[in-house]
Amino acid sequence: MIQTAAVTWTALEPILPELLLVGIGVLLIGCDLFIPRQRQVLPWLTVVGCATALLMILGARPTSAFGGMFLADGYAMVFKAICLGAVILTTLISEQFWQTVDGRQGEYYSLLIFSLVGMLLMASAGDLMVLYLGLELMALPIYALVGMHKRDGRTSEAAVKYFLTGAFASALLLFGMSLLYGLTGTTDIGRIAEAAAAMNVAANPALLAALGLLLAGLCFKVAVAPFHLWTPDVYEGAPTLVTALMSIGPKAAGFAIFGRVVFYGLPGLQDHWGPILAVLALLTMAVGNITALCQQSLKRMLAYSSIAHAGYALLGLVAGTEEGMAATMAYLAVYLFMNLGAFAVLILLAAPGQCRESLDDCKGLAGKHPVVAALMLVFLFSLTGIPPTGGFIGKFYLLKAAFVAGYPLTVVGAVLFSAISAFFYLRVVRLMYMSEADHNACLSCSPGMRAVLGVCLAGVLGLGFFPGPVLGWIVAALAGS
Amino acid sequence: MIPLSWYMTLAVILFCIGVCGFLTRRNVIVMFLSIELMLNGVNLNLVALSHFLDSVRGQAFTFFIITVAAAEAAIGLGIAIALYRSRRSVHVDTINHLKG
Repeated sequence: MIQTAAVTWTALEPILPELLLVGIGVLLIGCDLFIPRQRQVLPWLTVVGCATALLMILGARPTSAFGGMFLADGYAMVFKAICLGAVILTTLISEQFWQTVDGRQGEYYSLLIFSLVGMLLMASAGDLMVLYLGLELMALPIYALVGMHKRDGRTSEAAVKYFLTGAFASALLLFGMSLLYGLTGTTDIGRIAEAAAAMNVAANPALLAALGLLLAGLCFKVAVAPFHLWTPDVYEGAPTLVTALMSIGPKAAGFAIFGRVVFYGLPGLQDHWGPILAVLALLTMAVGNITALCQQSLKRMLAYSSIAHAGYALLGLVAGTEEGMAATMAYLAVYLFMNLGAFAVLILLAAPGQCRESLDDCKGLAGKHPVVAALMLVFLFSLTGIPPTGGFIGKFYLLKAAFVAGYPLTVVGAVLFSAISAFFYLRVVRLMYMSEADHNACLSCSPGMRAVLGVCLAGVLGLGFFPGPVLGWIVAALAGS
Repeated sequence: MIPLSWYMTLAVILFCIGVCGFLTRRNVIVMFLSIELMLNGVNLNLVALSHFLDSVRGQAFTFFIITVAAAEAAIGLGIAIALYRSRRSVHVDTINHLKG
């Protein structure tokens, strides 16, 4: 007999930020439809809505809703803050980008918000069903966003590649989930952990198959080698703005479900997934950093660099400790600022009619635009991991966590590949500072762009000089959940 | 009474046909159909398990998967049409402008 409970409105309290964002998303469609002349309202509405949701999430007490299906705990709060930050910063540079490429951007903001709701649901998923729904709600608007700029022939190609690989990865993930459901009899992640702990893993091939399928699906989503092949093409073909968002928001949300499944859902199987993930992390760093060496396009180089950074961030999960999870979160927070800063400079370089994405386009930038070049320098130093930037601190905590957890060889490999990455990041710096410019570019900088560059610089340097408060906040949030 | 293992074997076979189709076919629409086949393998698995475990969660999950698959089909076909307009083909061998 199935029991039904009466609906009480107070039960909706934990999902109020998400409901607010859904409302804003619908309102954005309405505004675009009925007051097309006031289009400048749309970005402001998006930013204000996201900022309100961010304050609501940061101020909320840890709770759970809908019988443990939706967890508003500290773990979710940190990931939600990163995703909201990514969306707010991308919205601020959107106007400049769409003016440069001269595209219509009406549905852009509502798609952005719906995708954000998906990311928030992923961060809060306490049940495999919610996890899957959040994942698809995040991914479907992104497929549309990637293919949005239809006049550029590359975007439909990128969209179709992203769509096919994304849907394939979802199917793999789902089959893993269905096996897990059959083995444990529940889709609740907490109860899966209890049931899986009582099983004899070695004698249970179905459990290993479920683990393998889940890992493959999750690795596709966060672009970990050998499941990374879609990433460079999609990141290069998508509009630069969407690439900037994709490399941070969905990636952070992907790590949120990755952590939720392997760290909270299958902690008993750590002896199995720990070494697998360690090998995959090393492979990812190798593929990302070595392939980035031979790129001529700055955008494609940043795509490979984002693969490599997924490898670094995976180190915290490899460790499988609370300390490691906190290090991954802190790294993703630093990555938000440094990667978005680098992409913001790339968008700033673009001029109407020209995309200016190749390495040659940053030649002699320092001579004409010293401030922009200096900002790019800081972001690239941080991506390399040179102190005193945030990138160094983030990498340091990750390596420390992996070392303490007993993966010294992985740590040595990570340091070596990090040294290799210095070559291609610093090549951009060399071109900016030590080459003569071929053409005379004049850059126009909107107020939103200035704000984003300022915030990213403050974030990278602030986390580099004073990492204590942020790291303390993350550790406290994790411990309290 | 058909035993659970038969259902699960059928689900695995469907899923594997889907994987093979996705990896070997070269038409975007047929690749997408293969993904739907994989999803239906999952659905069959979930419904069979739900019946034998006597829990409704699997059936609820299946409804969500069917709904999401419909939304996914709408977006996927939209993207395929956009691709056809720019390339006059939906063959993956012609989608090779992005590489390196």
